[in-house]
Amino acid sequence: MAGSRNFLFGSNRPFFGGVFGAAFAVRRKGVTVFFMRKLVPALLLLCAWAIAENPRTLAIRNAKIVTVSGPVLGKGTVVVRNGLIEAVGENLAVPAGAWTIDGEGMTVYPGLIDSLSTVGIPSLAVAPAPAGRGGRGQSTPTQTPTPATTPATAATPAPPAKGPEDRPATTSWVLAADEIDPSDHRIESVRSAGFTTTVTFPARGIFGGQGSIIDLASAEHAGEMVVVPAVGQYLAVSRGGGFGGFGAGFPNSLMGYIAYIRQIYLDAEHYRLVQEAYAHSPRGMERPPYDRALEGVIESKRILLPANRVVEMDRMLRFAAELKQPAILYGMREAYRAEAALLLKKYGSPVLVSMHWNEAPRDPDPEADRTMRSLENIDQGPAAPALLQNAGVPFALYSDGLDQPRDLQRAVKKAIDAGLARPDAIRALTLSPAEIYGVADRMGSIEVGKIANLVVTKGDLFDDHTQIQMIFVDGKQYKPAPEPPAGGGRGATEEPGASQ
Amino acid sequence: MRKSWIVALAALAPLYAENIVIQNATILTVTKGTLQGSVVIKDGKIAEIGEKVMMPQNSTIVDAGGQYIIPGIIDCHSHIAVDGSVNEGSVSVSSMVNIKDVINPEDISIYRALAGGVTTANILHGSANPIGGQTLVLKMRWGKDAQGLIFEGAVPGIKFALGENPKRPGNPQGGRGATPTTARYPATRMGVEDTIREALNEAKAYKAEWDEYGAKTARGEHPIPPRKDLKLESLKEVLEGKRYVHAHCYREDEILMLLRVADDYGFKIRTLQHVLEGYKVAQEIAASGTGASTFSDWWAFKIEAFDAIPYNAAVMQKKGIVVSLNSDDEELMRHLNTEAAKAMKYGGLSETDALAMVTINPARQLGIDSRVGSLEAGKDADLVIYDKDPLSDFAKVQKVWIDGHLYFDRETDVNGRPAKALEKQKLIDKEKQSQPKSAGGRRPA
Repeated sequence: MAGSRNFLFGSNRPFFGGVFGAAFAVRRKGVTVFFMRKLVPALLLLCAWAIAENPRTLAIRNAKIVTVSGPVLGKGTVVVRNGLIEAVGENLAVPAGAWTIDGEGMTVYPGLIDSLSTVGIPSLAVAPAPAGRGGRGQSTPTQTPTPATTPATAATPAPPAKGPEDRPATTSWVLAADEIDPSDHRIESVRSAGFTTTVTFPARGIFGGQGSIIDLASAEHAGEMVVVPAVGQYLAVSRGGGFGGFGAGFPNSLMGYIAYIRQIYLDAEHYRLVQEAYAHSPRGMERPPYDRALEGVIESKRILLPANRVVEMDRMLRFAAELKQPAILYGMREAYRAEAALLLKKYGSPVLVSMHWNEAPRDPDPEADRTMRSLENIDQGPAAPALLQNAGVPFALYSDGLDQPRDLQRAVKKAIDAGLARPDAIRALTLSPAEIYGVADRMGSIEVGKIANLVVTKGDLFDDHTQIQMIFVDGKQYKPAPEPPAGGGRGATEEPGASQ
Repeated sequence: MRKSWIVALAALAPLYAENIVIQNATILTVTKGTLQGSVVIKDGKIAEIGEKVMMPQNSTIVDAGGQYIIPGIIDCHSHIAVDGSVNEGSVSVSSMVNIKDVINPEDISIYRALAGGVTTANILHGSANPIGGQTLVLKMRWGKDAQGLIFEGAVPGIKFALGENPKRPGNPQGGRGATPTTARYPATRMGVEDTIREALNEAKAYKAEWDEYGAKTARGEHPIPPRKDLKLESLKEVLEGKRYVHAHCYREDEILMLLRVADDYGFKIRTLQHVLEGYKVAQEIAASGTGASTFSDWWAFKIEAFDAIPYNAAVMQKKGIVVSLNSDDEELMRHLNTEAAKAMKYGGLSETDALAMVTINPARQLGIDSRVGSLEAGKDADLVIYDKDPLSDFAKVQKVWIDGHLYFDRETDVNGRPAKALEKQKLIDKEKQSQPKSAGGRRPA
C-alpha cells in the first residue's frame, strides 16, 4: 500500500514511514513514559499525515491535461488549492509545500458530470426512465422500467386523484439536495467511472421535484456535496392506459398527463397574480390559499421534459413553448434521425441523451414482426451524439440508470465508435452539461478558479483498457473501486483520508 | 417494415402542389352527378371537372382510362393516430384532455387508411366517460408532422358518451361496492345524465364568471381574471357553440335524453355516434337538426346493440337526417366504400346517396363541406382513383391525392416492397452478426 503511494505521489513524502513507525512505537512500548515522551511528536506526525492524505495544496505535474475549454496541454501542471484549481499550464512552478503527484504518462480530465441522475437518493436506485415506451402505435422498444407514475407519497396511500386539483404525483417543491444521502452506494460506483458530479433529480411522479448539482465527495453532511441546490423541475409522463386504468386516479392517459401539466402552469400563473394582489393590499381581500405544488413549479427555473421519439420531441418542444418555460429534453432515443436534428435546431433547446442505448433482444422470436424503426433504433441509436454534434445542437450524455463503471465506459465508447469524436464525447460529459445547467462558471473544465474535480487516467478515458488512477472531487482524492466480481459485491476502496 | 414507408412517402409527396390533369375517368362527384371526363388540379384545389377541360400549362397528365374517381373518403369516427390511451378513464368528465396533444403522425394506420381511400378522419376520444376529451379532424397527410395532419379551420369537437361504456366503471367486477375506492360514478344511465347536467351547470357558472370579467374589463376596470379551468373551458365552448359535440350512444331512450339536455342548455348535439336505435327516433333526431353517424351492419356485440338493424342508415336518411357511416376501427376504416355499398343493399339507396354517407355527409357533419366531401371546382383536391366501381367489393384504391399531393400510389407501394424487405433483412443480419456467440452454445433441438 505504502509502496503504491510512493509510486503515485513521488518520493519526497516521508510521512508514511514516520506515521507507521509511530504506530508501531505505540504498540511496542505502551507505557505512561511513552505518552510523556512520544505523545506530542506522534500527534504532530498524525496531523501531518492527515494533511498529506488530504492536502490543502497539491499539484499534478508532467501530465497530459485535457482542459476541454482550451487546448490539450502535452506536459502540464495543475495546481489545486482548497478544493479549487489554482493554476493550470505548462512550465508552471509547483508551489512550495504542495503535495506533488508525478503525472508522467497520465492524462488529467475534468471530472465527468452525469447530467440526469438519481445518485445520492438511494430510494430512486431505478433509472429515471423517459416516457413513451411500449404500447399502442409505439415504436420505441422498452428497456428500463418506468417509475414515472409512482408518486412520492406512495408510502401513505392517498385516494385516487379526481382531477388536477388533487395535484396527483406532484412533489414539485422537493429539492434533491434535501434528500441526498451520502451513504448511497452508487456514489462510489459512478465516481469510479470518473463521474465527480451528478445532476440528481427526485425523479418520481409527474412533477418529481427540483434537481440539484451534487459533487460526489464522501461527505459527513449532505450539504457539503451540494454545488447548486435547484437547477430545474423534473417532469415525466406515461402513456397510461386501456381499461386497466378505469377507476384509477387522474391522469391515466398521455393526454391526461399533458392536460394536467398545462393546468398546473395555468394555475401557477393565476396563483402568482392572486398572491401578488394579496401581498399588495391584503385588507379587504379574501386570503388566497397556499399551494406548495405551485410554489415548487414557480420557483423552478427550467423544466426537463421526456422525449424519445421524434414525434415526442416535436410534441414536447411545442409544449414547452406554449408553457413559456425554458426546457431541456431528455431521453432522445431517436435523436439519430435526420428530422430530429432539424427540429432541435429550430427550437434551440438543449437535450440530454440517454446512454442506455437500445440493444438487440436476446434470442428474439424469429416469427415476431420487428419494425424497421426498432431495428434502426438499435443499429443507429448510439450515432445520435455524433449527429447532434455535427448539427450544432447543445447536448449532454446521461447515465439513465447505468451505474457500473464498465457499463458507463462501454456506453460512451459506443457513441465514439458511432462517430462521436473523443473531445466531443468528453465535452458532452463535462463542459456541455455545465453550460446547459448554467454552472460553467464553476465546473466542467480545467480552468483557474473552477472546482477541482478531476479524473486522472493512464490512457484515453474511454479506451477499453484504460485505468482510472485517481479521481479528485472538490480537490479530495479518491481511488476507483475495483470492478465488482461477477455476481455482485462491492469493494470497500475509499482512500483512508478521503472522508475527512 | 411499418415505419419505413415514411421515407418513401415523404419523397413521393412533392414539396409544392403541381398542376395535375386526370383524364378519361368515370368521375363520381357525389354532389354534381357522374360523368366521363377529366379533373384538373391546380394549387392543391380542384380547378375544373368536365368532359372537356382547359389544360393548364406544365401539368402532369394521369391517364385513368377505365377507372373511377371519387372524393376522398371521410371517416366521422376514428381513434387512429393517437399516442397513448384514447381514454382518460380516471374521471367521469375528462373534458380537459385533448387528442390534439397526442397526435401520432407515425401511426401506420394513417397510411393504411389512405390505402383504403380515406383522406380525412374525425379523431375521437374514447367512450369511457359521460363527457370525454376534446377531439379534432385530421387529414391523412402521411409523412407530415403532427401539426401537418390537422385539418386547418375545422371546428374542434368533444366526445360525449352514453350507456354501457361510461357507466361500466361504476360497476366494477365483483359487483358495486366491491372496490369502493376505485368505483367511479355513475353506475346507471340516470347517473350518466346527471353527470352531464352537473358538468354543464359548472360550465354555465364558469362562463358567467368569465362573462362578468369580460364586462368589467370592457368598462375599463382591472379585476383579477378568474382561474382558467381546462375542464370547463371546453364545455364553455360547447355552450357557446364553438365546439361540436359528438355523442356516443345506442339506445332510443338515451338519445332522446341527450337531445333534451342539449335543448335545456341551449346548444346542439352535432352528431350522434353509433346511434344504432336511431331508426326508432329518427323523426326526433331530424327535428333537432342533429347528424347521425352509424355502422352499416355491425350489431349485437353488447346488450345495448341488440336492437340494431342494417336498415338504420337508410331509414334515418329517408327521415331527413344527415347520415354518415363510420368505422370506429382501424381495419374497417380501410374499406368504408363497401360499408357505403351496404346501404344500397339494405334500404335501397342510390349509388350517389350511398357514397354520400362516406363523403359529403360526414363533411357536413364536421362542418368541412365547403372544403371537402365532393368533387367540385374550388374544393380541396382530395380524391381517390379506384380501378373498378368504388361500390364494388372488388375495387382497389390506386392513387390518393390530398391537397393535390399524391400520398398513396399502389404501384409505387407494391414495387417498393422488395427493396424495403431487403433493407430490413440487412439490418436483421447485421444485428445477428454483431451479437456475441452464446457461451456453451447449447440450444434445445
